[in-house]
Amino acid sequence: METINYQNFRIDAENICVDYNGKVALYDANLRLKPGQICGLVGMNGAGKTTFFNALTGFVNISKGKIRINGESVRSAQKDQTIAYVPQNEGIDSQFPISVWDVVMMGRYGSMNIFRCPRESDVQAVKDAIERVDLSDQISTPIGNLSGGQRKRTFLARAIAQRASILLLDEPFSGVDIRTEKLISELFIQFKNEGKTILLSTHDMIHVREFCDLVLLINKTVVAYGETSEVFTPENITTTFGGISPDFLFGPES
Amino acid sequence: MELCSFLTLDSFITDPLTHDFMRKALLMSSLVAAVCGFLSSYLTLKGWALMGDAVSHSVMPGVVVAYALGLPFSLGAFIFGVGSVALIGFIKQKSRVKEDTVIGLVFTGFFALGIVLVSKIKSNIDLHSILFGSPLGISLSDVKQTIFISLLVVILLSIFRKDLMLYCFDPRHAKTVGINVFFLHYLLLTCLSLAAVVGLQSVGIILVVAMLITPGATAYLLTDKFDNMTVISVLSAIISSLIGIYVSFWFDLETGGSIVLAQTFIFLFAFLFAPRYGIFKLKKLFAGYKS
Repeated sequence: METINYQNFRIDAENICVDYNGKVALYDANLRLKPGQICGLVGMNGAGKTTFFNALTGFVNISKGKIRINGESVRSAQKDQTIAYVPQNEGIDSQFPISVWDVVMMGRYGSMNIFRCPRESDVQAVKDAIERVDLSDQISTPIGNLSGGQRKRTFLARAIAQRASILLLDEPFSGVDIRTEKLISELFIQFKNEGKTILLSTHDMIHVREFCDLVLLINKTVVAYGETSEVFTPENITTTFGGISPDFLFGPES
Repeated sequence: MELCSFLTLDSFITDPLTHDFMRKALLMSSLVAAVCGFLSSYLTLKGWALMGDAVSHSVMPGVVVAYALGLPFSLGAFIFGVGSVALIGFIKQKSRVKEDTVIGLVFTGFFALGIVLVSKIKSNIDLHSILFGSPLGISLSDVKQTIFISLLVVILLSIFRKDLMLYCFDPRHAKTVGINVFFLHYLLLTCLSLAAVVGLQSVGIILVVAMLITPGATAYLLTDKFDNMTVISVLSAIISSLIGIYVSFWFDLETGGSIVLAQTFIFLFAFLFAPRYGIFKLKKLFAGYKS
């Protein structure tokens, strides 16, 4: 018998449950991801996608189960800047008086001293990250003046600046322009080659087929999990979305 | 005679300064305004206006009890301020009642308790000065307390300036990168309680919430940079305090009310003429004039 080496897994969530004041949001969910894997998280609104993210980042506590990040606790993953979270555009206050530069610099806060004084290396990391998402001409623009796509790229740059090995992206493709979509998909390929692990939630079934090696279908718990080619079947999708046929969801051509 | 001297701007400003109580009032109110203004940018961005209202009203029984027991009034106020927030959190978590209802319910309960206590304890507590502030009649021990608390809040806010900004902007990211969000939450609440305590001396319990939200709201209309917002907020708070005190001196008006009214007018001015976000957009008017 071969024992499982947990170090091999970037994310290892075992039978996790999350409830909010007795209301179950997620139960018995499992997920194992290795370096360089991209996994799609698919489910209805309220199926527990955001809860899953929150559990992995430690933003909510799990009531049962176990989460290991690189074989260690969520707490030490936070300390090590292992996980970066890229929020939905709707999840942030776009009127907050803050510039692109300042948002991306927040990616470095966790590794700075208590006064959060940027060192030379932090400045360089922020510069590079902004360049990678092609926003160098918008460095001092307040985020309120950006387009949806530019704002998405700003938060992606924050994750890059953080130098996290795991990226959690909540609806990375919703409300973005074609240029941003193309840039994000190129970045995904780069991240994969760098050995980063990506978990992304999406409503768009086409994106799952295009980018995701693995797919996790959830409806309060895991409906199906595995290689996209095997698991992403019309039957599984129908089950995930509570009996609505996939034709209705993303057109008869698929 | 009074009217003649009033007519020159010089004496309008310098005459009150010959009175010891006025110098003290101007200095202390400016300090208090600066502290509240500093905090104000965080509260308005975090959306804690109602929380500010709740905490500032809830300190009432604390002030009364502390006076009755001969303790520093700030201590009592602080305990009840934080206690009210804890109670709000507890009731919200354990019941199905919506948060704004719980906030309204708890703070009015605390406030009512304070009023009842005043009528029962019958010490030399001046209800009027608690409710409406008395910057002109501030005692020496109050001055010391105010300076101490103000410095404490300013130091705390300065140290955790960026963390608090991140906490207001994106607490989820803060948590993800290992920043103690729980600590920041209670730090902001602590500062709120302390600021309410010093603020109530200037304008009283009922109006102190204005000191905590109006300067921030004004600054929010005038800038897109967080650091500028803090500076503008502090400056507008100080200027309002000075205007309010001078106006109340010369026209014999209630001081606390005058200070808050000055803040409201400054806000309205920004609301109408702010370069980017004002109704009339001053920038555009000038641009039109030039061309």
